[in-house]
Amino acid sequence: MRRSYFLPIAALVGFLFLYIPIISLVIYSFNDSKLVTVWGGWTTKWYGELFRDPQILGAAWISLKIGVISATIATILGTIAALVLTRFGKVRVRGLLTGMVTAPLVMPEVITGLSLLLLFVAMEIALGWPAQRGVLTITIAHITFCMAYVAVVVQSRLVDMDDSIEEAAADLGAKPVRVFFDITLPMIAPALISGWLLSFTLSLDDLVIASFVSGPGSSTLPMVIFSKVKLGVSPDINALATLIILFVAIGITGAWFFMRKQLK
Amino acid sequence: MADSAIAAETKPWRSGTAEPFIRIQNISKIFGDFTAVDDVSLDIYKGELFCLLGGSGCGKSTLLRMLAGFETPTQGSITIDGQNVAGVPASERPTNMMFQSYALFPHMSVEKNVAYGLLREGVPKEQAMARTAEMLNLVKLGNFAKRKPHQLSGGQQQRVALARALIKQPKLLLLDEPLGALDKKLREETQFELIRIQESLGVTFIVVTHDQEEAMTLSTRIGVMNEGKIVQVGEPEEIYEHPNSRFVADFIGTVNLFQGRVDVVAPNEMRITGTEAGDLITKPIEGLSAKQTVSLALRPERISISREATSAANCIPGFVEEVAYLGNLSIYRVNIASGKTIKVTLSNLDIEGEPITWHEDVFLSWNAGSGVVLTT
Repeated sequence: MRRSYFLPIAALVGFLFLYIPIISLVIYSFNDSKLVTVWGGWTTKWYGELFRDPQILGAAWISLKIGVISATIATILGTIAALVLTRFGKVRVRGLLTGMVTAPLVMPEVITGLSLLLLFVAMEIALGWPAQRGVLTITIAHITFCMAYVAVVVQSRLVDMDDSIEEAAADLGAKPVRVFFDITLPMIAPALISGWLLSFTLSLDDLVIASFVSGPGSSTLPMVIFSKVKLGVSPDINALATLIILFVAIGITGAWFFMRKQLK
Repeated sequence: MADSAIAAETKPWRSGTAEPFIRIQNISKIFGDFTAVDDVSLDIYKGELFCLLGGSGCGKSTLLRMLAGFETPTQGSITIDGQNVAGVPASERPTNMMFQSYALFPHMSVEKNVAYGLLREGVPKEQAMARTAEMLNLVKLGNFAKRKPHQLSGGQQQRVALARALIKQPKLLLLDEPLGALDKKLREETQFELIRIQESLGVTFIVVTHDQEEAMTLSTRIGVMNEGKIVQVGEPEEIYEHPNSRFVADFIGTVNLFQGRVDVVAPNEMRITGTEAGDLITKPIEGLSAKQTVSLALRPERISISREATSAANCIPGFVEEVAYLGNLSIYRVNIASGKTIKVTLSNLDIEGEPITWHEDVFLSWNAGSGVVLTT
């Protein structure tokens, strides 16, 4: 039988398309030349320079902090939302609420950012809190839109879950809170982890919303990169990007290992 | 005298004076505009293995879930061992349930699944583990304590579910299609295993099933349900031999039904006219009026088949359309003059000489006492 070469070739082309830009970026981060487009031999000096740049280190730290805090809170709130949406109320009402919770997924970021900015300004005038836009307002903004993603991920897991498993626990004498922590939570744990990782990534990625609601001294990493690139791409940005790729790759591999262990 | 004393002990529902263990009174459950359970009253006695039998959507599972405390009755009351359980949540009822899907906790080992109920009750861990090991031995899963549910076969999972539901020694065990997910051979073995465990623990069982054979094998009594109502309650034999309606006769086993009008009622026999098999002679029942429409229910094994006409009370000619050989028995489908097909089963041990086969002209005969007259 003659084997068709179409599928392997299509796969190869697809992967090349995805990875050539990333690979070239990684290679250019080791380029010993001030000019980004000219190859000047191998070096690691940009990495050293990166770690001596207080602006980038500060922004990375802020982004990390915002990412961890907003992912954690968004996971908690999103899980509660998903529980409400799968367990309570009439079916028709539930459909409407589900639509409303997931609306931020399809809302253009510009609109989300602008509306949050207006809210924070109004709150500052009316309540005096938050007194100033900065890390706090970015975190709140990220929680708001990440929550929707978590709710969707957790909800799909809850819908798939056999109700009678929770009923069995109740039948064996577990009170509702106990049922949640003994049965429901461990069973939806994989969804919580993916929800958290997704939120963390979204928060780390976000440029548009953060630009709207940030204030003095609260520039996140994407904001700093973007403003630096506007002045011309310098090789240390390539180094930074390479580090971020490494970081993400490690994170994903770790999560994958954890999930595989869970399944066993 | 001695006979009736034994009967009163093992078959308390016959005595009429015994105190029921579970009393279901005028229970109804209405979902929106659908009545799932319609004014059901039922007494179940201690140590019984009671089967609720019916097709899908007949309300049997809803009734079971009301006993467990997962559904609140729209009206009526349930009393278990003298305690009215209205308003008592599932977690505090003296009942346990074995779910159709088994509902094992997938993230816990077999041992932890089974011990869960005891630990929630506050039994010290060591004691709980000892009792768990004992229970796992009872269901022959002693070597599987550390496994996770998904590492077990369907039959093993079923036994874990049973062990988990029995560990708290409930007053009442509710089983929702307990053997539904097993293949036929395993199901037959497990039926007897279930009876063995029930007898050795003395727990009262209520089993929901749609499989009439399973109900016949397992139960002390069967309650047949249809459209939310209990249509007949009785011992398996009673339900099979003396169904009280066309529905029950048709649902339990195979039956030939003949509809006609009451013609002559004499002290020892009556005649039904205008059926598809002509006039039929049968034993009379009380409370019939002339010209009343009735049905005669006739089990396939009550009919005999022969090449020559017989002197039996009923004897009609027919033509063998089909024969199915099942090893222990043969099933005949015989067409009679009106075009109706009559099912006849014959034990292969009883066949002498050349067996009757396809496309032979035969006679079907049965006695006056072989059928059951039904008015509804």
